[in-house]
Amino acid sequence: MSHTPAEPVEDIEIKLLLEALYLRYHFDFRHYAKASIKRRLRQARDQLGFATFSAMQEKLLHSEAMVGTLLDYLTVQVSEMFRDPGYFKAMRERVLPHLRTYPSLKIWIAGCSHGEEVYSFAIMLLEEGLLDRTMIYATDINPGALEIARSGVYPLDRIAAFTRNHQQAGGKTSLADHYTTAYGRAVFDKKLRAQVVFSDHSLVTDEVFTECQLVSCRNVMIYFDRPLQDRAVGLFRDSLTRRGFLGLGSKETLRFSEHAGAFTDFVREEKIYQRSEA
Amino acid sequence: MSAEPVAAVVIGASAGAVQALSDILPRLPADYSLPIMVVVHVPTAPSGLTTLFAAKCAMAVVEPDDKEMIAPGSIYFAPPGYHLLVEPGGSIALSADEPVLYSRPSIDVLFESAADSFGPGLLGIVLTGANEDGARGAAAIEQRGGRVLVEDPATAYAATMPAAALARCSAARALSLDALSDYLIRAGSR
Repeated sequence: MSHTPAEPVEDIEIKLLLEALYLRYHFDFRHYAKASIKRRLRQARDQLGFATFSAMQEKLLHSEAMVGTLLDYLTVQVSEMFRDPGYFKAMRERVLPHLRTYPSLKIWIAGCSHGEEVYSFAIMLLEEGLLDRTMIYATDINPGALEIARSGVYPLDRIAAFTRNHQQAGGKTSLADHYTTAYGRAVFDKKLRAQVVFSDHSLVTDEVFTECQLVSCRNVMIYFDRPLQDRAVGLFRDSLTRRGFLGLGSKETLRFSEHAGAFTDFVREEKIYQRSEA
Repeated sequence: MSAEPVAAVVIGASAGAVQALSDILPRLPADYSLPIMVVVHVPTAPSGLTTLFAAKCAMAVVEPDDKEMIAPGSIYFAPPGYHLLVEPGGSIALSADEPVLYSRPSIDVLFESAADSFGPGLLGIVLTGANEDGARGAAAIEQRGGRVLVEDPATAYAATMPAAALARCSAARALSLDALSDYLIRAGSR
């Protein structure tokens, strides 16, 4: 017998479960950061009433209905409109003056989840007179989340926080100008998404699909391990035009990335980077 | 309690946190040999905790970015609005997942992930607080063979949190802030 302690059974089960999810349904979570995914899977296991991950795996392999449920546990993030108002303020004051010089614009919001950030950008671009010449690509791997993003409908009790953020982000209109309320929900104006393409895209398995001037991908790559982060940043680098911009979450950094050399700090404190010339 | 040497320390604190931490962290020497990860419940961003404790402490005080490697001799404060987790292999992982027990950062989330990564080498400390965050995480530390200390509820600014952790951990000890500091110094002095 070896004296090396055996890998905990739970860790083995998680590997097998993620392998099953990939082999059966082609959703690849095998390079997600381990600590977070373990937490989310434990939550799914407990709330769905499974005794073990092995039991969950059996259900997953034999019941397609289980995929959507599991995806919601693994992917859906809680966001807000204009989350981190300083980020949007910096976009408005520092980045948009550059983007304004292009006759037409493409923006990629990667990992858009329920779409809060998509509508935030659309409102800001509308306020700045840029929306009608901008195409926004909003991508996610979760079809259910994309559906919610596409609908632009949010519970009314979230609007107070959205409104506060919008004002702090330097909003030039009232947020209420952009939605109507019905049945306890806020329905955002259709014209905000007239220029938005919502699409299924995986940073793990898919390739670059367009050239764009700005990528915003916030608090998505914190769920990836380092090699997968490198892959995603590589996609952004290849997608961005020279001197295009990349915005990350407030505690994300390119410092540890193998592509760090392809970018320079643009607004350091808001984690906005610029693609280098070369 | 575990006979293993301590490899890492996690601390959770809520109401009364700044005072309690001020009685402990500044006493640790610059060449302290262990990393310390701290979750404090703070109402909103931005957190002045890092600045506050950097001015008081000999150890390096850091508000980490995602995937930063955990280094001995540094104190890591969870950034406001993010859960702080430990990846196997010893790097920081942040998450913007929903709050746990109304808190993000959550003490349970840090303790549970650190228990998975450090096992018997983990020392968890639950300080003053008026909720039950940390109790579940402390139990996870014990289950993995690590050790748990709590601030004595009798003298803590808010007793609920250390008392809840104590109730969930059969081997945990309750110590005064002074005794906790002494314990930490002994565990991590070179």
